[in-house]
Amino acid sequence: MAATPSNPGLAPRAAHGRRVDIALIGCNHRTAPVEFRERIAFTAEQARHAATSLREQGILQEAVVVSTCNRSELYGVPVDSDIPATEAMEEFLTAFHRIPRAGLAGRFYHWAGRDAVQHLYRVAAGLDSMLLGEAEILGQLRTAYSHALDYGSTGPVLNRAFQGALEVGKRIRAETEVGARPMSVAFAGVKLAERVFGNLKGRNALIVGAGAVAEQVVDHLRNRGIGHLQVVNRSPDRAEELAKRFGGKAVPWQSLESVLSSPDVIVTSVGGSGPVLTRAMLESAIGARAGRPVFVVDLGVPRNVDSDAAGLYNLYLYNVDDLGEIVEQNRRAREAEIPRAEAIIAEHVAKFEVWREALAAGSIVDELRGHFHRHREDLLRERLAALPLASDEERQRITQITEDLVERLLVEPSERLRKTQAMRGHLGALDALRHLFGISEKGSAGNSGDSDK
Amino acid sequence: MHHYMTYLSIAVYAASFACYARILYVPNVWIGRLASFLLASGIVCHYFALLERSHWIHAVPYDDLYGSMSLFAWLLAVTYLGLEFLHRQRSVGALVTSLLVVWIAMVAAFAPDKILAEPPARGPLFALHVTLNTWAYAAFGLSFILSLVYLVQDRVLRSRHPSAAFWRFPALDVLDRMSRSSVYVGLATMIVGVSLGFLYERRLDGSITWTDPKVVVTLAIFVIYLAYLGLSRTSGWRGARAARMCALNFFVVLFSYTAVNLYLTSFHRFL
Repeated sequence: MAATPSNPGLAPRAAHGRRVDIALIGCNHRTAPVEFRERIAFTAEQARHAATSLREQGILQEAVVVSTCNRSELYGVPVDSDIPATEAMEEFLTAFHRIPRAGLAGRFYHWAGRDAVQHLYRVAAGLDSMLLGEAEILGQLRTAYSHALDYGSTGPVLNRAFQGALEVGKRIRAETEVGARPMSVAFAGVKLAERVFGNLKGRNALIVGAGAVAEQVVDHLRNRGIGHLQVVNRSPDRAEELAKRFGGKAVPWQSLESVLSSPDVIVTSVGGSGPVLTRAMLESAIGARAGRPVFVVDLGVPRNVDSDAAGLYNLYLYNVDDLGEIVEQNRRAREAEIPRAEAIIAEHVAKFEVWREALAAGSIVDELRGHFHRHREDLLRERLAALPLASDEERQRITQITEDLVERLLVEPSERLRKTQAMRGHLGALDALRHLFGISEKGSAGNSGDSDK
Repeated sequence: MHHYMTYLSIAVYAASFACYARILYVPNVWIGRLASFLLASGIVCHYFALLERSHWIHAVPYDDLYGSMSLFAWLLAVTYLGLEFLHRQRSVGALVTSLLVVWIAMVAAFAPDKILAEPPARGPLFALHVTLNTWAYAAFGLSFILSLVYLVQDRVLRSRHPSAAFWRFPALDVLDRMSRSSVYVGLATMIVGVSLGFLYERRLDGSITWTDPKVVVTLAIFVIYLAYLGLSRTSGWRGARAARMCALNFFVVLFSYTAVNLYLTSFHRFL
């Protein structure tokens, strides 16, 4: 993602030499039930409208709206950091969605500054998700940020924060196992099939029964480029429907045995009693496919595949309990990775803080320059007025010399201030510098007017 | 004799092992690339170690068991790196590099500091014959490692209780293809190596000794690996049984490399 500020017209707070804080208000699956989350959710158009209104109403100078099925969050940089912006944001949010403010206690969480950035990074990492480590949230954050960039509601601070969040999300998924192992029965089945065949691209699959979990498996298989897909179901209409939806072929129930030899992956989820696939059927199918391995996922309860079939050579059979146990194992493994993920988040939050402090440090050079030049101009006006005989050329020369003097005086402090690492933790010294030169906290540099040269 | 390059190659292989082991625990593309780079660097250092030994004994480095073992390890590393690029699979790297480190350290520790006998000059044909056959052994060694990993993965998959490491190692199909590739390399180098050996002997004596135990066992190795390649694609053998066969075949290679060379053959002995 490009680091270009989308809204150059917005002056970040650092232009006034102040620390820039991010404010956040939101609700998620932990703080609000689905009925409430539905009411507070934003469509893409509503998100654009809300971000624009927040800026137009002078509440925020930068804004990004993140809205998924499990959370709605408003990230922003307040126009005035002295006023707690989260209250105004909450007021805006409830007014926007026409929700009465009574009874909202505990529904929203508010974070500001470092805590808001940390929250954003935890969201990106999937640590704040209902399904720990899920990857979808990273795409949703990317989309929300990309939309905000498009309609120009971001600025340098949120650009930096969101780009950092996307980096954190990617890094945590690459360096930890928080998102590594399957967390659903359907996905676990597909991942196990990959342990046998490697790439599932071009492999054949047979779906016996068209239950909801089987649909999820088909979805995962399709995402992995499975080749030929056949669907067998007692109800031919349902088989037809599923086959059509996923680009497969419906096969009559009576032909089940005859099609068993072609699939590499078989998924069963048929209701009723007694096994649908017996050991003898599978044995003959493996024979017909010259011993090539078959991976069978039995999602049926009671089981659809004869348990004796597990002993067949080159047949790998997993039932719903086996998969459930793997999912539980994986959940524990993901939880064990949380400390490592948190360490990466802490590292990136610290980086963001350094950048934010450097932003404030860098801006004081401009303030000092403006301050000195204003004094220089006042002094020149006074002194040149007392020299009526000086020619225009001499006046210009004197002006140039004073300008050069101010710039020369600022060379060294500028260099020092721009070394951001060295300035970390020296914000107190910057305040002292402002105080020493009489630059006001509001950045007006004693006199009225722009601080830029 | 100084073993500076040997020690350096051990150190670089060990660093490569650390990276390969790290990516098993925490997958990271850059550490994976670093592991491959270090392995390639180790191969370069190891090459100079072999050269160092050659200069010292005034002959090719494999005239004694230690030099031959070192060449075996070098060719194993080369073959593995080639397969890694071919199959885009790094997760077996930790196993291969750990074996390399132990193997070369053993060679360095036990190799005598004196030349046991002045080796006769035998010319490039002979050098190529031995190198290619050693390469074949190294490739079969690699297929042995891959087959063992296959059998472990297969067992874990059948037990339905996959461990954390299970998710890190390659899929059965990938292991099977890697193992077969390795056997193809072994058979190809063996065919050329043995042919050159026959050519060398014919030039030397005007005839070929078919009854030498080394020749007999080498031909047996050729047959059993060909059988593996054939059976591993047939019903009833495909999969774990073929992997078991491949692993067992390597014991014949070991027998040929040790007992035959040390005690049974007359003109294939180490010096």
